[in-house]
Amino acid sequence: LLFSRQGKLRLQKWFTPLTDREKKKVIRDMMMLVLARPPRSCNFLQWRDLKIVYKRYASLYFCAGLEDKDNELLALEVLHRYVELLDKYFGNVCELDIIFNFEKAYFILDEFLMGGEILETSKLAVGVSMEEADTLQETMEEYMSKPAY
Amino acid sequence: MALPRMPAPIRLRELIRTIRTARTQAEEREMIQKECAAIRSSFREEDNTYRCRNVAKLLYMHMLGYPAHFGQLECLKLIASQKFTDKRIGYLGAMLLLDERQDVHLLMTNCIKNDLNHSTQYVQGLALCTLGCMGSSEMCRDLAGEVEKLLKTSNSYLRKKAALCAVHVIRKVPELMEMFLPATKNLLSEKNHGVLHTSVVLLTEMCERSPDMLAHFRKNEKLVPQLVRILKNLIMSGYSPEHDVSGISDPFLQVRILRLLRILGKGDDDSSEAMNDILAQVATNTETSKNVGNAILYETVLTIMDIKSESGLRVLAINILGRFLLNNDKNIRYVALTSLLKTVQTDHNAVQRHRSTIVDCLKDLDVSIKRRAMELSFALVNGNNIRGMMKELLYFLDSCDPEFKADCASGVFLAAEKYAPSKRWHIDTIMRVLTTAGSYVRDDSVPNLIQLITNSVEMHAYTVQRLYKALLDDISQQPLVQVASWCIGEYGDLLVSGQCEEEEPIQVTEDEVLDVLEGLLVSNLSTPVTRGYALTAIMKLSTRFTSVNRIKKVVSIYGSSIDVELQQRAVEYNALFKKYDHMRPALLERMPIMEKTASNGPTEIVQTNGEAEPSVVEAKHPPPVTQPTNQANDLLDLLGGNDVVPVIQTTVPTKPASAGGELLDLLGDLSLSGIPPMTAYNKNGLKIDFTFERANPNPNIAVITIHASNSTEADMTDFVFQAAVPKTFQLQLLSPSSNVVPTLNQGTVTQVIRVLNPQKQQLRMRIKLTYTHKGSAVQDLAEVNNFPPQSWQ
Repeated sequence: LLFSRQGKLRLQKWFTPLTDREKKKVIRDMMMLVLARPPRSCNFLQWRDLKIVYKRYASLYFCAGLEDKDNELLALEVLHRYVELLDKYFGNVCELDIIFNFEKAYFILDEFLMGGEILETSKLAVGVSMEEADTLQETMEEYMSKPAY
Repeated sequence: MALPRMPAPIRLRELIRTIRTARTQAEEREMIQKECAAIRSSFREEDNTYRCRNVAKLLYMHMLGYPAHFGQLECLKLIASQKFTDKRIGYLGAMLLLDERQDVHLLMTNCIKNDLNHSTQYVQGLALCTLGCMGSSEMCRDLAGEVEKLLKTSNSYLRKKAALCAVHVIRKVPELMEMFLPATKNLLSEKNHGVLHTSVVLLTEMCERSPDMLAHFRKNEKLVPQLVRILKNLIMSGYSPEHDVSGISDPFLQVRILRLLRILGKGDDDSSEAMNDILAQVATNTETSKNVGNAILYETVLTIMDIKSESGLRVLAINILGRFLLNNDKNIRYVALTSLLKTVQTDHNAVQRHRSTIVDCLKDLDVSIKRRAMELSFALVNGNNIRGMMKELLYFLDSCDPEFKADCASGVFLAAEKYAPSKRWHIDTIMRVLTTAGSYVRDDSVPNLIQLITNSVEMHAYTVQRLYKALLDDISQQPLVQVASWCIGEYGDLLVSGQCEEEEPIQVTEDEVLDVLEGLLVSNLSTPVTRGYALTAIMKLSTRFTSVNRIKKVVSIYGSSIDVELQQRAVEYNALFKKYDHMRPALLERMPIMEKTASNGPTEIVQTNGEAEPSVVEAKHPPPVTQPTNQANDLLDLLGGNDVVPVIQTTVPTKPASAGGELLDLLGDLSLSGIPPMTAYNKNGLKIDFTFERANPNPNIAVITIHASNSTEADMTDFVFQAAVPKTFQLQLLSPSSNVVPTLNQGTVTQVIRVLNPQKQQLRMRIKLTYTHKGSAVQDLAEVNNFPPQSWQ
């Protein structure tokens, strides 16, 4: 989950099936718990049977839910890596970038993680995939003229 | 006639910008609704050109929390499109809006299948990603073959995605695991880190799920040496900019390998031995200045502790954790405490060495750390360190946040119970908890404490004195008040008599004590439960104090209390004063030492109303207050033998006694007190014997068990035994074991009679028998006069 200090959701990626209502509840709970934490506290907390790892980058909170056997310290590195990927792609990323290009943020995430696990550990490789995929995206003219089916 | 063309739907960016200008929630909602309407009409027009744009906008609105289900089908259409842009958004939409529970996904299967075979790897990638994130079991079943094919491709981009997709398939449909086995053979010989990483994840998943797989990988594939080799290369290799994180080469892969090694080495000597060296190497060579190095060390420690490592390695691991504890970084300290908690069971002594550091963590400002430190501290308490630890823990209890107090208090009680060096220390500790965190103490602690106090016989005077003093200070903490009033009720006489060995006895009069208890009754701070305790305590004092009139007055006032519980008690106590005054001393006697029951369940708490039918309190609400009442209603309590009456002490099973019949079994087991049994009646083949027992606390009560046997060749059914005694006696008849007396002495019907004989008069009884025998009803009356003298003297 990515959310701002005012409690606005910027990105949500779920790796287990939950109903919409359940998702909303989780989001509410996470925001409440994380936003209430004092500034210099530990980045981990326990919620139900999950370990919650969160980190604040500028105005955004990056929040992940882990299973018991996952390594929390590594999760911090995962969050950090994602921020680095965003940064490289957007060039000095800020919250606005993520707001206006949320679909790109998702695409980057999907090149980095899948099913909750890391897909690619090389920053370079993720960057290359994104670039290449982006070139496949049709330009406006191409898009308009190309038949859909 | 051509319809006027709708204006082109606004672009995504435009929409986002517009929505962000909204100043209120209502304004935003309005904009969104307008746009949704436009999108809906556009969808209806089956407009291929703008579908993508509209779905993207819909996804944005969905993230803001608005419903977007009407876009689900549109996502499918996008996925089926030839345009890459469409597919990208379509698949994203599928992952965000659809989940495996919808039926729509069935339609997706075909699209995904086609895309898995697409010529462009990025399209294939999209399909794999979507399947791997939200594929249902049916989809997985249908498409597993395609995934497996892609797992064998030489294209590393696809291979890594296929590997994680396979992980998802296995999670959804474990039976398909076998299918992926052949493809895993060569996975680890890849150079590409992405493939390596995802392969390790795949192998981990397989080993975790299936012990057969695990065994297979250990033996046949020689997985451990392979992994060791890869790990070694990672550590030894020079700087690789692609995978470097703060000077460490691909920590993600290192950690995953360590995790897989953990699974492989667990419980297996050979594997564990093969990895000892590399683990030691990682543990000693990893740079610890940054979080990333510590992440690796953390995983290493977990692995060392889980496998069958040699002791030197284990010590190394615990020392690493010890160093973590001293680290400035809170996260590291937290993680250390968590790991130590896991290892404290197995390597208790090693963890003990770090006890002082752990205890220091109790004072940390961070909430997460405090909690872990508290849990760990309780795990470390033992007979040797109990005094020191308790001091720290009590200090913690004083100063910690309310969210901790309940757990801490319970922990303190448990630890104190297990390791208390002396009874006095124990009582002192309990007092400390009650006075500092009294309102957070769990409800079930109150009966436990009461039982504890009862059993520390020599400490009664000291305990009641301290509790009394605490009450004088503060009556707001309910558990404290409840325990205190119970004690005062029981041991009030010790309090006023001023005998106390452990500390300076205080001078207090009966009136002062009654003032305090009455104060509880009227105070707004007292809960109904507490009031119940107080009233019962006052009642009990009627046998211990001399100012009975005052007590009588108090009790009668509450006979009309609004609180039903209180009213009932007062009425019963009033009755005790009036009609049953002769029973009062017996009922309100000191509680004997209680057997500790395994669970604090309903077995020892039986609420009775003096009726013949006992009722067992529900497990959910074992009101501790009924314990004192239990004693009060002892005689009237048909099941009094359950825990309180010492006569039955040793044979008390902790099952709720139900009908009197069961009680009879209990009583039947008891050795008779030397009163010879007698035959009360013997006619027409029906023989009734009486056996005797005395209920010890009160020699005025004789407990008689009748045994009816039938020597005829037909059963006696509908057998009813009734008895009457002269007016000076009181009789109680419990339920019979059955009302069929079996033929030919094959069994007996038993029934218990309790006779109260306060005036010690000669026992006489008139009995009436009715039964059906061979089809006809039989009735008979008889007098029983031949009671042995011991039964009533």
